[in-house]
Amino acid sequence: MPADPSPAIATRGLTKRFRSGQVAVDGIDLMVPRGCVYGFLGPNGSGKTTTIRMLLGLVSATEGEHELLGESMPAHAASVLPRVGALVEGPAFHPYLSGRANLMRLDAGDRSVAAAGAGRRVDEALERVGLAAAAGKRYRNYSLGMRQRLGLAGALLRPRDLLVLDEPTNGLDPQGTREVRTLVRELGAEGSTVFLSSHLLSEIEQVSTHVGVMSHGRLVFQGTLTALRQAAGVRVRVETTRPDEAAAVMRALGTGTTAVHATSGVTSSVVADLSDGDGTPVDTAQLVEQLVKAGVPVHEVVVERPDLEDLFVELTGEGFDVDQ
Amino acid sequence: MRSQPLRLFRSELRLVFGRRRNQALLAVLSTAPILIGIAVRVSSPGGDGEGPAFLGQITQNGLFLAFTALTVTLPFFLPLSVAVVSGEAIAGEASSGTLRNLLVVPVDRTRLLLVKYASIVVFGLAAALVVWGVGLIVGLLLFPHGAVTLLSGTTVSFANALGRALLVALYVAAMLAGVGAIGAFFSTLTEVPMGAMAATAVLTIISEIVGAVPQVRVIWPYLFTTPWLAFGDLLRSPVPLHAMAIGLLTEGVYIALFLLLAWARLTTKDISS
Ligand SMILES: Nc1ncnc2c1ncn2[C@@H]1O[C@H](COP(=O)(O)OP(=O)(O)OP(=O)(O)O)[C@@H](O)[C@H]1O
Ligand SMILES: [Mg+2]
Repeated sequence: MPADPSPAIATRGLTKRFRSGQVAVDGIDLMVPRGCVYGFLGPNGSGKTTTIRMLLGLVSATEGEHELLGESMPAHAASVLPRVGALVEGPAFHPYLSGRANLMRLDAGDRSVAAAGAGRRVDEALERVGLAAAAGKRYRNYSLGMRQRLGLAGALLRPRDLLVLDEPTNGLDPQGTREVRTLVRELGAEGSTVFLSSHLLSEIEQVSTHVGVMSHGRLVFQGTLTALRQAAGVRVRVETTRPDEAAAVMRALGTGTTAVHATSGVTSSVVADLSDGDGTPVDTAQLVEQLVKAGVPVHEVVVERPDLEDLFVELTGEGFDVDQ
Repeated sequence: MRSQPLRLFRSELRLVFGRRRNQALLAVLSTAPILIGIAVRVSSPGGDGEGPAFLGQITQNGLFLAFTALTVTLPFFLPLSVAVVSGEAIAGEASSGTLRNLLVVPVDRTRLLLVKYASIVVFGLAAALVVWGVGLIVGLLLFPHGAVTLLSGTTVSFANALGRALLVALYVAAMLAGVGAIGAFFSTLTEVPMGAMAATAVLTIISEIVGAVPQVRVIWPYLFTTPWLAFGDLLRSPVPLHAMAIGLLTEGVYIALFLLLAWARLTTKDISS
């Protein structure tokens, strides 16, 4: 298969200002490479669903433009969307129809497939999400997890180049969450690009190769998961009796934010980011050597890696309040 | 790979006619001719001169029960059922969230509106045919039949009269298509189907009230409800076509206008349900 250079999703300055005046999405530049599993992270109300609605053409962008699979949207919706499977803000189906009938209806709307294969497509999709046994049940009698699965089945009605899944594990039990994770990995392995939103870093971390972090409508981080880990800023803590001299040595080596904290004992700790953000990180072995050379007594050196959860909170702001 | 333009339309029809509430509406409509038939049958044969048009003729020919039933249900029950189905059209999908699923399939918004409207028209036709058909059956069971004496005094064969009766049902369905277009438009304005249904029903009733106030006679020709009962002309020989032609034209203008409004609204609307 020839590599397609166009990204699966690309947006430039995508903005949504609601009539209320609220800017729910504020000039974001998404770049989702083909074949990746992209975790779209953000706390409640940060603009994930609004972004997804714009991507799919459900909501018009106030400003900016975007492309899906190399074609500009919403102009080419008719040719792009059949290749895109989507689950937007949880499942929604006709309550009085069975799960199977609901999917048949979606299939009936798809002009890019032949009517003949409808039953097979629907059954395969139901099978894939583990709903085959409940296919004939009315949707209104489905449990929350079954509903979520049916939503996923709708996205999987045919092979897709891109899947846009908005919080697909919402309401699933641990077993179901695991199954969805496996499903996402499988889809990724089959070559589909998966764009998946969540407010749980732990969930994204397990399946994603790429991450975008939203906060208050802005994309505050975008890159590979590895880059995110690096951005998490590995820090070094030096325990010494001469903190000011130690700090000077460390700054000279090119550390980022460097601060002296008085501790209770004889020593103070100097805490510094190992990287100032745009240089290569400072080598700790070299740091110790330089400290010793400068005659700074080193009582203890610790390299600290804050976990991603802390970083996420740092990026998106702490506090219990939802993003306004 | 052959695309199947009618698949979604068939799916839509299944949705509309498979829905219990809509089946109940049709069932209620079918009771109108039954009730009228029984009432006329048990009442004294000399009690004519009052009541809806054609009532007096029923005892002479059962075929007239179909006309009477349509005359009785056209002002309120028939438009109400169409208001329910059309108000549901887009707003129902929006309120259940299924609208976003359809749009990302993708179902083009214009195509969705046309499919929805087409099924509203079919429901209106079905409703008219139910009243007409049940009226016909009950009429033929309870009353004499045979050659029919028209309102103009001419007598035509039973087959001829049956043909005229079918045209009446089609004319009624065309009138209901106007209500359906209004309902489809209201349905694009809200996510609350009840709201769109109520607005459609209220607008119909207001139009009928205005159409009954002689002081505002000047605007009668512009009301979509004014030409509804012109179908009585089909029971004259020769058939005066003028009033019905105006009726079809009026309804056509209303349909075009409200579908255009619905289209303008639906194709620019943010789907945030
Ligand atoms: N139709 C709308 N009109 C006005 N404001 C809206 C509308 N839809 C969303 N918003 C606002 O936009 C902001 C972003 O909402 P959005 O649903 O995109 O967040 P989210 O990241 O998906 O949150 P969650 O994790 O809770 O699903 C919220 O403050 C919300 O109130
Ligand atoms: Mg959301």
